[in-house]
Amino acid sequence: MQALTTHTGIVAPLDRANVDTDAIIPKQYLKSVKRTGFGPNAFDDWRYLEPGEPGMDHSKRTKNPDFILNQSPYDQSTILLARRNFGCGSSREHAVWALTDFGFRVVIAPSFADIFFNNSFKTGLLPIVLPEDVVDQLFREVAVDKGFQITVDLEKQKIIKPDGSVIPFEVDAFRRHCLLEGLDDIGLTLQHADDIRAYEARRQQTAPWLFLDK
Amino acid sequence: MAGKTLYDKIFDEHIVREQEDGTVLLYIDRHLVHEVTSPQAFEGLRLANRKPWRVGAMLAVPDHNVPTTNRLRGIDDLVSREQVETLDRNCTEFGVQEFAMNDKRQGIVHVIGPEEGFTLPGTTIVCGDSHTSTHGAFGALAFGIGTSEVEHVMATQTLLQKRAKTMQIRVDGQLGAGVTAKDVVLAIIGKIGTAGGTGYAVEFAGSAIESLSIEGRMSVCNMAIEGGARAGMVAVDEKTIEYFRGRPFAPQGELFEQAAAYWRTLKSDPDAVFDKVVVLDAAEIAPQVSWGTSPEMVVPVSATVPDPANETDPVKADGMRKALAYMGLTANTPIEQIAIDKVFIGSCTNARIEDLRAAAAVIGAGKVASNVKLAMVVPGSGLVREQAEKEGLDKIFLNAGFEWREPGCSMCLAMNADRLEPGERCASTSNRNFEGRQGQGGRTHLVSPAMAAAAAIAGHFVDVRQIN
Ligand code: SF4
Repeated sequence: MQALTTHTGIVAPLDRANVDTDAIIPKQYLKSVKRTGFGPNAFDDWRYLEPGEPGMDHSKRTKNPDFILNQSPYDQSTILLARRNFGCGSSREHAVWALTDFGFRVVIAPSFADIFFNNSFKTGLLPIVLPEDVVDQLFREVAVDKGFQITVDLEKQKIIKPDGSVIPFEVDAFRRHCLLEGLDDIGLTLQHADDIRAYEARRQQTAPWLFLDK
Repeated sequence: MAGKTLYDKIFDEHIVREQEDGTVLLYIDRHLVHEVTSPQAFEGLRLANRKPWRVGAMLAVPDHNVPTTNRLRGIDDLVSREQVETLDRNCTEFGVQEFAMNDKRQGIVHVIGPEEGFTLPGTTIVCGDSHTSTHGAFGALAFGIGTSEVEHVMATQTLLQKRAKTMQIRVDGQLGAGVTAKDVVLAIIGKIGTAGGTGYAVEFAGSAIESLSIEGRMSVCNMAIEGGARAGMVAVDEKTIEYFRGRPFAPQGELFEQAAAYWRTLKSDPDAVFDKVVVLDAAEIAPQVSWGTSPEMVVPVSATVPDPANETDPVKADGMRKALAYMGLTANTPIEQIAIDKVFIGSCTNARIEDLRAAAAVIGAGKVASNVKLAMVVPGSGLVREQAEKEGLDKIFLNAGFEWREPGCSMCLAMNADRLEPGERCASTSNRNFEGRQGQGGRTHLVSPAMAAAAAIAGHFVDVRQIN
């Protein structure tokens, strides 16, 4: 996993609530058996004027000029500002892969759907939850200052705005640690392999019907 | 000390170890796998030179990409075929049991898990699929995970988890005639909103839930995720236990009785305290129809399309306006005046035998209306299809002008050839009405199987209570 410590970037405002994972990466692209290459199809239905299919040369498709991520400088943004319940719907981690492949490292919203929130940490995308009024204020500031940049300091859990003012945020300590270090969960868990084996041995006694492995 | 909730009982039973910050290594009993969210996980194992920890705890099935017609010919779409074949290859290489596309037991992953007795009460069940919540209907802790976690479970048989908050959603009283489990869950989501359950494990309770069939409970738990909750669950009762008797993966004989004795303890203690309680009156729930692009945008069939002008929350009003534009609807239009182009009866929400019986009962000798271009029934599994044919339900559908398809996800998300064309309006028994979900530009209205069947015959939405 790609580590994240501090990150500075342009904030793109995506002003709608309940952005679902079908919108972030439409289903036809889930047919890929890879983890990469989803960037050109992030928000595909909103981003292009004609329908897209896997295997197309997406750089030749007509971009929707009204969609925020097609406008300069937001096509270069690395921080996404969104509304409540971002990432709802399907469990597809492809949604996170599409965002990181596009270039995003941070998403800020008043709330996230649970599975998306969880998936983000696994791929090095930092989801930051801020109170609704703080998010509102950020939307207002971005609206008057195209190219509005912020710095996200994960270690200190703060966002630094262009005027130097600071917004604190909180991230679960364990998740923060893993993201700061870019740690592989599986490796960590396998350090406890003996505990897992002991658990299984115990359960085979108390619930033998769960071990009729075929 | 207060008693324990069902969620806490199952969670506690599965703790392998607990870190100081409360992060728990949770043991996973059952891991369901499908072709869409697993290839990168298998690849991860391969790259790290790891083996699945416990291959017998896994069951795989291709469902999202499979065609629903002429299946013996194989899959025409090369990219879909590649994904299904990748699953076949991975299962062979790693020794995972798979019901391949032409196996009679193949079907939607959330239909076959319980059908085979692979799903069992009191277990932890995961799948790289958000509708894994379905399996909670059996008093299990079941939730969807992303691909990195799929790999984590494959490699370690565990997941890193924080304890969720608990919510009880109680539906008290008796449902009216023609009102189904689907209407109950849509009404719940309409009430709590699509983020209402975020951070919670939900237990559905109350006399109306208890009186639901097992299939009905599955429909309710299936859509817990549409209310934001990763896991939905229902306490075990005798109906649950009887359901598993004789299922291929379930224990048999004396071991079954031993298991059943434990399963009977799987309910929240009477003095258990939930972090939140929501109560609905069953008698007030009418058949529901969604009108927008989020499952919370739902109204009773007798109502009209809501007007954003009456919404005080600006973010919500804006969402409503966008939804109306996408759906091609005008505020204040009576729901019963909305004409449809297609009908889809299927998905892990509503493609079990009971759902097909309910739809067939409404159709009777009726015919699909002339304005409906396509009405299709896609059974949830090969075994459901076989059972329906034994009961002659396929004849009722075919005589009415429905297509009778082979099992899979189909037009629930349109990864195979079944889809809506831009602008087409569909009465669908599935679970998501997101933009483009059933095909780019397609317009989805979520309803129960009975309501979908009634709409197919009338050509527009009708109140199924006024039919019989
Ligand atoms: S039927 Fe639909 S919701 Fe269910 S698993 Fe398939 S695609 Fe997902």
